[in-house]
Amino acid sequence: MADITNTGANFVPTEARPAPLAVRPGPLTWLKENLFNTWYNALITLIVIWALANWIPALFDWFVTSALWEAAPADACREVAGACWAFVYEKWRFILFGTYPFEQQWRPGAAVILFIGLVVVSCFKPMWNKSLLVIWPVGLVVCWILLSGGILGLDYVPNNLWGGLPITLMLAVIGCLLAFPVSIALALGRRSNMPIIKAFCVGYIELIRGVPLITVLFMASVMFPLFMPEGLTIDKLLRAQVAIIMFAAAYLAEVVRGGLQAIPKGQYEAADSMGLSYWQSMVFIILPQALKITIPPQVNTFIGMFKDTSLVLIVGIFDLMFTMRVAINDLEWRAYYIEGMVFVAILYFLFCYSMSKYSQWLEGELHRGHKRL
Amino acid sequence: MTDHVHSGAGLPGPSAPTPKTAPKTNLLYSEKFRAIIYQVVLIAVVIGVGFFLVSNTLANLAARGINSGYGFLGVRAGFDIGEALIEYTNDDTYGRALLVGILNTIKVAIFGIVLATIVGVIMGIARLSSNWLVAKFASFYVEVLRNIPLLLHLFFIYGLLINILPRPRDSWTLLPGVFLSNRGLKYPVMAEDPIWLWIIIAMLAGAVGAYFVARRADRIQAETGQRPRTLLPSLGLIFGAGFAVWLIGGAPTAVNAPELRGFNFQGGQSLSPEFLALLLGLTIYTSAFIAEIVRSGIQAVNYGQTEAAKAVGLNPGNTLRLVVLPQALRVIIPPITSQYLNLTKNSSLAIAIGYPDLVSVGNTALNQSGQAIEIIAIFMTVYLSLSLITSLFMNWYNGRIALTER
Repeated sequence: MADITNTGANFVPTEARPAPLAVRPGPLTWLKENLFNTWYNALITLIVIWALANWIPALFDWFVTSALWEAAPADACREVAGACWAFVYEKWRFILFGTYPFEQQWRPGAAVILFIGLVVVSCFKPMWNKSLLVIWPVGLVVCWILLSGGILGLDYVPNNLWGGLPITLMLAVIGCLLAFPVSIALALGRRSNMPIIKAFCVGYIELIRGVPLITVLFMASVMFPLFMPEGLTIDKLLRAQVAIIMFAAAYLAEVVRGGLQAIPKGQYEAADSMGLSYWQSMVFIILPQALKITIPPQVNTFIGMFKDTSLVLIVGIFDLMFTMRVAINDLEWRAYYIEGMVFVAILYFLFCYSMSKYSQWLEGELHRGHKRL
Repeated sequence: MTDHVHSGAGLPGPSAPTPKTAPKTNLLYSEKFRAIIYQVVLIAVVIGVGFFLVSNTLANLAARGINSGYGFLGVRAGFDIGEALIEYTNDDTYGRALLVGILNTIKVAIFGIVLATIVGVIMGIARLSSNWLVAKFASFYVEVLRNIPLLLHLFFIYGLLINILPRPRDSWTLLPGVFLSNRGLKYPVMAEDPIWLWIIIAMLAGAVGAYFVARRADRIQAETGQRPRTLLPSLGLIFGAGFAVWLIGGAPTAVNAPELRGFNFQGGQSLSPEFLALLLGLTIYTSAFIAEIVRSGIQAVNYGQTEAAKAVGLNPGNTLRLVVLPQALRVIIPPITSQYLNLTKNSSLAIAIGYPDLVSVGNTALNQSGQAIEIIAIFMTVYLSLSLITSLFMNWYNGRIALTER
């Protein structure tokens, strides 16, 4: 016993170790840790470097150094070994705006900028309030006036002359915008206690999600005219737009349902115990939370729809993909299809990539208030 | 005051005497009654719209002289189909033409799912690689490919296949007997012989045997803790059975190889450029999505699991194979199922490059016969059934690998 009490007196603290040197890894350490940390990684690194060394210069040469970078007739392109960007100089107006009257093409150009502006403005959190309910209808009406004309001294341009980027943007943006309220109704219906309404919503959502977009577009283009009374014809573009709205609604409905399911049951019970009616509890308690957490997946659905609008070319709508196809089928420029496709691919990529980055950023942003360590 | 306001809604206030029976309220405030009303209205609207559409359709069909019904399926189709898994000539019926289309859809979907899974898993793991170059390359692959519409992938690949590949005469010889040209990929097959069917049956029987070998190994492992070797006996059963039947059948070795005659190849089997373009496009596009799913699935597994695996001395390969992937699979399977469904549905883009899938064949049939409603109904039924079969299979698989808790 005595030993134990005595030990305290003999206690000598050990010398503290010196603080580790603050070593910033140099480039060699970085290389060693990230590229050559094991023998097989070193091997893979060497193979990748070898492949890149073979490919990158060739691609760069084709795209940049050997390419023709100025407006020139198609014959001039035969003399260069690389890409013929003269094709893009020649065709970009057609690819972007289709057969819209040439002198009037500032109008679809302005409409595109307005469209993009509307979407960009709606991306900022401070804008998420009732002002959007004013900005959007006004913006869309202005777009419509710009494209269609007929008033304010603008010449009337029938919509069979519209084409290219405005059509693609219109189909995607208006498609998702109008699909949104439908999708909320479908999602609420799917979670409803009323068996017939539930069955109807489940049936609709699963039917649309089970079939390819092409069949829905075919339905709109060949089957729909049969459904309408004799003499009543509905514009081709409008039919494709309705098909896209119907299609997007089913996918968005599943996203919204995910959000509704993620809301804790306590929120529903709390709303009930406050004496709120079903609609009051949905509008004031549940939907604001559910829609907020589903914004990132909604953006992803929108990206998917934006890419899928390219399918309308199969039913003969003049979207960006269709104008590109027409441009590369020009006999004189036929050999330069790769340049045309690369141009359109870059356009699609810019739109989709920026939206997906936005969705990733937003996810972090929206979770800020909920994060717990 | 409060009583007064609330009494209209049927809610007694705090000072109201408790009623012996439920207060008589307007029927309109009854939830049950409202539910019935809503549903009756919905049914009425559906029936009304349905009646309107059907009557219009019947009138339109009568005006255009189109007979509705599926009788046209028995009529001679009269158009050719580029590639078919079953015998088909233009003298066959619409029904058979559509069947050819369905089989072509299934063919490209199955190959696409297998290839996209392989490429996607490799790319997903590569994105998490400790090798900086590999990880960057994989994220470049994913980000670029999934942000470009599939249709553009298809046009691009098809354009390259048709324009850059040489004519059959100067085709590239990938392997002895395997030629790649702008007419597609030609490869040799074993000459037709009934024995090959029996060999397949024998190998399937061998596979059943291998299953029992694995069951026995499980039992012995449970009893003794030692697992007998199963790999060699299983392979032996499967290939031994096939080899034995091959020997019994007289060991046929005749090969049906492609040969260049005139402007094109004769003999052998071929994959058309349309099929190759569609398969490559679907594989590349879907693999980018699968890679993301695999990456997030692996990241969802707690890092402690990897550390624990290292602590018990597993090497990185075994850590991934035995510890991380089995747990990641539970997260990965549901979203990957929907990618498989997307791939199957996206195969309908075949029509844009002329591969004769269901939609492409159906579209020709539709333009010839005018039977729009019937053919679109067939499209929907077939895709819904394919979706259903895929989901049933994947749900079964998901149930098998799901975490079994006490």
